Amino acid sequence: MPKLYDLAHCRAGDKGNTSILSLIAYRPDDYALLAGRVTVDAVAQHLRGIVQGAIRRYELPQLSALQFVCEHSLNGGVTTSLALDAHGKSLSFALLEMEI
Amino acid sequence: MNPNEKRAVKTVRLGGGAGFAGDRLDAPVDLAERGKLDYLILECLAERTIALAQLRRRSDPATGYDARLHERVESLLPALVRNRVKLVSNFGAANPLAAADAVVDIARRLKLPIKVAAVTGDDVLDALDLSAPTMETGAPLSSFGPVVSANAYLGAEAMLPALASGADVILTGRVADPSLFVAPLMHEFGWTLDDVDRLARGTAVGHLLECGGQLCGGYFADPGRKEVPDMANLGFPFADVDADGNATLGKVADTGGCITRATATEQLLYEVTDPHGYLTPDVVADFSSVTLTESGRDRIDVRGARGRVRPSQFKVSVGYLAGYVGEGEIGYAGTNAIARAQLAAQIVRERLNGRFSELRIDLVGSTSLHGRAFDDDERPYEVRLRVAARAKSREEAAIVGDEVEALYTNGPAGGGGTRKYVTEQIGIVSTLIDRSLVSPQVAVREWKAHAEAV
Repeated sequence: MPKLYDLAHCRAGDKGNTSILSLIAYRPDDYALLAGRVTVDAVAQHLRGIVQGAIRRYELPQLSALQFVCEHSLNGGVTTSLALDAHGKSLSFALLEMEI
Repeated sequence: MNPNEKRAVKTVRLGGGAGFAGDRLDAPVDLAERGKLDYLILECLAERTIALAQLRRRSDPATGYDARLHERVESLLPALVRNRVKLVSNFGAANPLAAADAVVDIARRLKLPIKVAAVTGDDVLDALDLSAPTMETGAPLSSFGPVVSANAYLGAEAMLPALASGADVILTGRVADPSLFVAPLMHEFGWTLDDVDRLARGTAVGHLLECGGQLCGGYFADPGRKEVPDMANLGFPFADVDADGNATLGKVADTGGCITRATATEQLLYEVTDPHGYLTPDVVADFSSVTLTESGRDRIDVRGARGRVRPSQFKVSVGYLAGYVGEGEIGYAGTNAIARAQLAAQIVRERLNGRFSELRIDLVGSTSLHGRAFDDDERPYEVRLRVAARAKSREEAAIVGDEVEALYTNGPAGGGGTRKYVTEQIGIVSTLIDRSLVSPQVAVREWKAHAEAV
C-alpha cells in the first residue's frame, strides 16, 4: 500500500497549540488524488491521539498543495508543553505515513 | 531623468540572513559580501526570545538585546559598509536602544562610520490590561502566571521614519517578521498602506525569506527523496523585488542548497494558519493566488499575492513565568530493551505518584515524538526513557532527574547514560491591543570618523 510519503512532501509549523501541516504533491498531476483522498476525516483518523481539536483543510491547486490546520495538537502549546518536540516539527513525517 | 522611467526598471534586493537568533553566522556574511544586496535582514526573535531578553534586561538594564549581537555585527559590519548594504533586524529584542549603542560601539572600534536607528514602542507592558482575554483560550492574561513581557507586533509603518533617517542599521524589538522586509520596500518604492496588493506581495517575499536557509533546502532534505546538495555550506536567500512587489528569489552563486518550486512551496505555506488571510500589521495577505515558477537554476518567480486592508488592532505577545520543568533520562539496549525501559517508567511513576500536577513519560526511539509508532512491528535496538514534570520550584523540579538517576542502582538491568535537567519555563500567550495605545518611536545614534557619537 503506497503512503503519502511516496506522492507528497510536508512541512510542519506551529502557532500556539495549533499544528499546521502542508501537503505538497511532487507531481502536479497527483494533486487531484490527494484532494480526493486526504480528507479532513482521513487525517483526523490517521493522527488520532495527536490532533485533539478541529482540522481545517485549505485547497491550493496552483501550488499542488493542501494545508491542514490542526487545533489542540501540541500538548497545550509550544511554550509550556512537556513534550520533547514541543513545536510538533516532526509531525510532518507522521502525516506522510498515511496509507493511500 | 523621468523618475517614472527609473521606477519602472528599479528592483530592490533583500537578503534573508537569519531565521532565528541562533542561526549560522557565516552565511549572512557571504550574502553581505557577494550577494549584491540593498538590504540584509536578520530575523532573530522567536516567540519566547523577547521574554527571555526582558528577564536579562531586568537584571542588567544595559542588556536585553540579542545575546549574539556582538558576534553578528562584528562579522557583518565591514562587508555591509564596504558594499553599502543596509542592515535591518529585530535583534534589538527587549532593548533596541541599548542594541543601537552596542552597534555604534562596535563600529567605533572597527573605525567604520555608522548611523543606527532604533525603533521602540513595541513594549506595551504598562499599557496592557491584564484582564484582557487571551486569543488562545479566552481566559484573562492574569490567570496564566506572573507577566514578564508584553510586546506588540509592530508593522512596517513604525519602521518608515527609521528608514527615512538614512540610517545604515535599523534595529527593532518585536515587529512582525514579514514587516522587516515590507518596510524597506515601502520606503524604496513609496508604497502606502492603501497599496494592499503590493503590500501582500511584499509580505509573501518577507515570509519566504524570513527563515533564511529554510527557503534554500534547509529543513527540506530527505536523503533519496528530496536531495539537497552541500548543506554544510547552505547559501541564504535573496529576492529581487520590483515596484509592484513582483519578485525573483535566488541565492549567492557557488553556495550549497537549492531553491526549487518544492522548497519555495514548503516555505510559503510554513506556519500559515489561513492561506486566504495571512494577518500582519501591514495587510491581510491572500497567498492562495500566489504562483511560484522556476525561471532558472535556483531562481523562482513569485507572483500574484493579493491583499486586503490591515487589521485594526495589534497582536501582542505576552510572556509569563510558567514554573519549572524537571527532566531525567536513561538508556536501555538489546533484547527486551523496551520492556526494561517500561519497567523503569513504572518504578519512577510509582515513586513520583501525586507529587506533580503534570508528568510525562516518553520512550525516546519509540514513542516520544508521536505517542506511538505507525508500524507496530518496529523494535528499536535501543530506547531511552525520558521523564518530565512541571513544578513550582527549581528544587521540586530537580526531584525528577534524581529519581531517574537513582535507577542506576535501584532499577532494571543495563540502564546507562543518565542525564538530568531543570529548566525555567516562560509561557507565551497572545492578546490584541488597539493601535491608539501603541506609539512607536525612533531614536538615532551615530558615529562619524573624526567625531564622537552624537
